[in-house]
Amino acid sequence: MRRINLRHMLFVVLTATGSLYAQVSNDRILRAAQEPQNWLTHHGNYNSQRYSTLSQIAPDNVKNLELQWLFQARSLEKFEATPLVVDGIIYTVQAPNDIVALDAATGRLFWTYSHTPDPAARPCCGRVNRGLAILGDTLFMATIDARLIAVDAKSGRPLWDVAVAKPESGYAMTLAPLVVKDKVIVGTAGGEYGIRGFLAAYDAKTGKEVWRFYTIPGPGEPGHETWPSQNNAWEHGGASVWVTGSYDPDLNLTYWGIGNPGPDWNGDERNGDNLYSCSVVALDADTGKLKWYYQFSPHDEFDYDSTQVPVLADMQWKGSPRKVMLWANRNGFFYVLDRATGQFLLGKPFVEVNWASGFDEKGRPQRVPGMVPTAQGTSILPGNQGGTNWYNPSYSPKTGLFYIPTWANYSSLYVKQPEDYVEGRPFRGGTPRPTTPNGIRSTVNNYAKEDEGYGAIRAIDPHTGEMKWQFKMTDVTDAGVLTTASNLLFSGGREGYFYALDARDGKLLWKFPVGGRVVAGPMTFSTAGRQYVSIAAGNSLFTFALKQ
Amino acid sequence: MGMWQFRIFPAISMLLLGALPVLAQHEYTESEIEAGKAQYAINCVRCHGPDGDNITNADIGHGKSRRATTDAEFVALIREGISGTRMVAFPNINEQNAQTIVAYLRSMASTANAAASLPPGDVARGKTIFEGKGGCRTCHRVGDQGSRTGPDLSQIGAQRRVVELHRSILEPDAEIIPANRFLRIVTKDGSALTGKLLNQDSFTVQILDVKDEKLKSFSKSNLREYTFVSNSPMPSYKDKLSTQELSDLISYLASLKGQAN
Repeated sequence: MRRINLRHMLFVVLTATGSLYAQVSNDRILRAAQEPQNWLTHHGNYNSQRYSTLSQIAPDNVKNLELQWLFQARSLEKFEATPLVVDGIIYTVQAPNDIVALDAATGRLFWTYSHTPDPAARPCCGRVNRGLAILGDTLFMATIDARLIAVDAKSGRPLWDVAVAKPESGYAMTLAPLVVKDKVIVGTAGGEYGIRGFLAAYDAKTGKEVWRFYTIPGPGEPGHETWPSQNNAWEHGGASVWVTGSYDPDLNLTYWGIGNPGPDWNGDERNGDNLYSCSVVALDADTGKLKWYYQFSPHDEFDYDSTQVPVLADMQWKGSPRKVMLWANRNGFFYVLDRATGQFLLGKPFVEVNWASGFDEKGRPQRVPGMVPTAQGTSILPGNQGGTNWYNPSYSPKTGLFYIPTWANYSSLYVKQPEDYVEGRPFRGGTPRPTTPNGIRSTVNNYAKEDEGYGAIRAIDPHTGEMKWQFKMTDVTDAGVLTTASNLLFSGGREGYFYALDARDGKLLWKFPVGGRVVAGPMTFSTAGRQYVSIAAGNSLFTFALKQ
Repeated sequence: MGMWQFRIFPAISMLLLGALPVLAQHEYTESEIEAGKAQYAINCVRCHGPDGDNITNADIGHGKSRRATTDAEFVALIREGISGTRMVAFPNINEQNAQTIVAYLRSMASTANAAASLPPGDVARGKTIFEGKGGCRTCHRVGDQGSRTGPDLSQIGAQRRVVELHRSILEPDAEIIPANRFLRIVTKDGSALTGKLLNQDSFTVQILDVKDEKLKSFSKSNLREYTFVSNSPMPSYKDKLSTQELSDLISYLASLKGQAN
């Protein structure tokens, strides 16, 4: 009798434990770094360093990586998603908005959930999606027709589906949501369509909106004075959100990068700084109230979205421990901010820059006279795609270096034109043009010349902004970066390679011809004691591990 | 860009044509025009011809189109096409690249035909010069004859304007398009070769060896040196051909539109 009771108790304990592990609780997300076998948030964990403590794959054995499986998406769109991994299951998005659940060790499909976007959807730059969020047993996907959908992670069954904004007005969503506590936070793209951007938090259980933060303040709100009083430019001034933010649980602040003001290339009708476009905002995660902001590019006319990943790090700063935020901006500058207060600590170019010459003591950029779009065109460095863009950087606490996917020596000719706002129509006010005969975006590599710009991974010392090394590529790159505790750096580029560098010196250690462009960030996980590295390239998801 | 067909409304067409020369929206830069030239060569030249005048009633090389007058309208026409005609939509040409095509079209009319002063040429005599005195087949190929190391000229008349052919013969260094660049390679074991660059990436380079016309691919890590040859290997024919011979040769080249000659 006693023996039976013990067995019964053991069964109960095991069941409870199994149940706990099946659920991705808030506690697990907060402590994501302690379970590196999983990848529980879009950027790996809340600090968004894209750094993993897994170290089975190391510089001395990375040459033995071999392809384990690949999943071919039934989509010809760019594959921009970074997968999630939860206890041996990999979840990713097949563009535009199909969630797939795969066996992480074999790539075999468990289920697919397909969402057919409203034909009114008009994302500016591809019918893409960058990934998912998870809480409990529920996956969350933001869609190109501006809906937020909750799906059961075991069955692929939809649980709720809410409209976040109107796709016919140019609103879209391409980012992976961020779960904080019991809320799912998303932001709206559409900066080329004259939207009024916002971030919003939804109750994870019901899909009910809990708070909303408009990225352009309305009348009476602080910051509204940075828009003209004589017109309604603020109502369609863009300031979109299309890259997933970060979260500091100690400060209870969530950080998000905000996109360009609209119209993109003509600021004549929107005099002023145009807050909070081209800024990072720090919001109270419970209420959505603004705690602080820092604007990287006041009154932007170069399409310098600040939709980069807010990378959070704790480091010694001039002799004292400090909670900082590391940020390589599309505008060509690398920044260090105090993430508790927003204080500007450092700003230094990481590529060639000709629109600003430096900063005042508060961190406002000092503009170079004459460097503005004109009807004839003005050549600006960096060009329209920026010194970097949305593709994620990485910070390795092991090396202390910050790694930036970079477009070097790259310029655009900014031509501005008048443009009236019409709801749902492109609202750009001009066109950036190539300044070199074939343009940076040539797809034929026997046309490419280094003096037309090139791609690189640049390693920056965050204390000084100095470049420690770079790994140059012939073509430019839209690939994110992953670093690991074994001093490996994984990335790719447009040329169709996935490769590993030594994070300490940039030396090439391994490469694999994936064939298609890498337009996504790599991630790593382990299952059954084996470390894997996954990357989307072309139309497929590739997963590697060491030879056995 | 596909074919722009105009079957009806000639009177309206003529009215619109009269207003065209003043409609360029702004001055274009050389680099934009160059970029547009490359885009035009990829997307448009097959139907519209090198001078943009292959389609009846759509001499786009002189800004003449019934459907578009302003730059923005030309851009829209390129990207959206004209339904019911062979001018299909080119949504893959982004707005930026479409703008450069318009820049190039606008530039066509203003680049005077430098070859206009030449006497009338004779295609047959030009062919004889090409295959004999000119020695052109040493490097160039037409149909199934000649070398592959220089640009293949089988369709050059459909790709290049007469004014461009004229300049390339007299000043070969004036314009070397990136796709025709030569690369000098020295391997780590010291062997050197020159080839036409076909492709490259961060780790490899692919060439056509000028010596044996073999396709060769190298890992850059195995090379001691790979540098572009700065000048064209082609000699100038400025003092080698008479004015009449030059005109004959250009006439022959302009007649090459894809047939095996």
